[in-house]
Amino acid sequence: MIELLSLERRRRVSNRLFAVFATLCFFVALVPLVSIVYQTVVLGYAALSLDFFTKVTPPIGGSGGGILNAIEGSFVMVAIASMIGIPVGVFAGAYLSEYPGRLAHSVRLLAEVLTGVPSIVTGIVVYVLIVATFHRFSALSGGVALGFMMIPIVVISTHESLKLVSSSIREGGLALGISRSKTMVHILLTTARSGIITGIALAVARVMGETAPLLFTALGSQFLMTSLTDPAASLTLLIFDFGTAPYENSHTFAWGAALILLLIVLGLNIVVRVASRLKVTGSE
Amino acid sequence: MQRRILPRRAGKKARRPDLFWALLSVAAVVILIITAINLYALINGSTASLRYFGLGFLVGTDWVPNPPEGPPLLGALPAIYGSVVTTLIALLLAVPISLGVALFQAELAPRRLRAPSIFLSELLAAVPSIVYGLWGLFVLVPFMRDYVNTQLKTWLGFLPLFSGPTNGLGMLTAGVILAIMIIPYGSSVMREVIAVVPRSQREGSLALGATRWEMIRTSVIPYARTGIIAAIVLALGRAIGETMAVTMVIGNVARISPSLFLPAETIPSVIANEFTEVAGNDLYLSALFELGLILFAIAFLMNLAGRILITRLQFKGGSDRVA
Repeated sequence: MIELLSLERRRRVSNRLFAVFATLCFFVALVPLVSIVYQTVVLGYAALSLDFFTKVTPPIGGSGGGILNAIEGSFVMVAIASMIGIPVGVFAGAYLSEYPGRLAHSVRLLAEVLTGVPSIVTGIVVYVLIVATFHRFSALSGGVALGFMMIPIVVISTHESLKLVSSSIREGGLALGISRSKTMVHILLTTARSGIITGIALAVARVMGETAPLLFTALGSQFLMTSLTDPAASLTLLIFDFGTAPYENSHTFAWGAALILLLIVLGLNIVVRVASRLKVTGSE
Repeated sequence: MQRRILPRRAGKKARRPDLFWALLSVAAVVILIITAINLYALINGSTASLRYFGLGFLVGTDWVPNPPEGPPLLGALPAIYGSVVTTLIALLLAVPISLGVALFQAELAPRRLRAPSIFLSELLAAVPSIVYGLWGLFVLVPFMRDYVNTQLKTWLGFLPLFSGPTNGLGMLTAGVILAIMIIPYGSSVMREVIAVVPRSQREGSLALGATRWEMIRTSVIPYARTGIIAAIVLALGRAIGETMAVTMVIGNVARISPSLFLPAETIPSVIANEFTEVAGNDLYLSALFELGLILFAIAFLMNLAGRILITRLQFKGGSDRVA
């Protein structure tokens, strides 16, 4: 009897231990998020001023100035990346859902593998292809590197969104004699639109925060760019250069830029995730 | 491809040139081209180093890019060693915690808290690596120096692992920040492979009177084992290529030492850190690119292996919503 009771107790205790462990893991994993957001807001806020948004960066260690060139560089390069990444990604994603087969299978697998390829490798690749060929660091090559990173992400999210469209909708279109291309554009893409847009927005947020691919391509710059073939600054490069410099006021600058970057990246994430979730629950 | 697939499916009409098909397939083929370009550019960029150093590059321990006289003396072993050690530390910390997070989100959290808890994990995964690096440099490094490393030294200082002076920059701190960064990724893959475990498995186990923990231990984890291994392999692939955050906290010294407190370097941190110091030294640049080639090969194989494991699992579980 006593043995039975203790066994029962052991089972209950181990069950409770498991619950405590798993819950603890979750909260431990959240500590860095809270700490990062808190530190960035507190330290970054100190850097904010009108100049911070309207002037270009001072030399490292210097005072005054702002991050206008970095904001410009980030947005320009992400725009170039989007021009490459969105069409190629969406079309390739559509191919995967429309023409399943051996090619589609390997493309999907490769796209997944490519999302795991370290971003610094993409930097080297674009350096060899473009920068070394034209002997120029440029915003354009930075944008291409980010675009390379964006393509596989958009391919996968587009494919997943299209997969969710029920096949009866697709077959309905085809049964009416509508061509494949029109079914795709007017029926499938429209139905899967919010999912595809969510995927694109998350991909934009992701490449906006990339640093490593820009080290060898955009290089960084203290000035506003006059042409796409000039070296360009970016928020991420600025954080790296100023954050690792041995000057106190450079650090403040880095935190300020990190705050802006975090606002853009997390803001984009929060908006699209909340919107897509509302949409899902709303349609049920 | 067109001739093989379409005629069977859509009859003779589809034999006409199909612009829609052509457009989509070109986009799909771009993925193949990018993969090929990656390989081509990396091999092309590292040819000089491959020729000059040969296989000795992988085991060389010296890193003297600009010796007073003679050609550069470059070996990748310190960087490979640093990558292996930091990744192992990261996995040691991240695997149990990721599994705990995944089980919390998939099995334990009340239904109402499930979506918000996943949302927070997603936010953690969305924080850019450079912000992790900045936070690592100014928050984690002092924390490790003042609390963790000093305590480890007091209690376990007799081990060579925890010996030597510590200023917070080093392999242990790099491993910790890597762990923090791969937990959201590892736990999300684990969560989704756990979700594939059929209800009947769980219900059978609960019906036999199992507690929740016994149900997870005897029914869920064994069933999801392949997927969990895949998640670990994928997380490993991420950790080995993580660049910015590690570069900012590891100290960047080419050294092979058992002490986890001492500054070291990893494959990506060397590339990121020394690229600007090349200054026309072509062999040096080529050696950095060869490091990139090694990194690409490792990450590519890890990701391929992980993905193939997960694809198999999808067949087994009959669900296509994994990762």
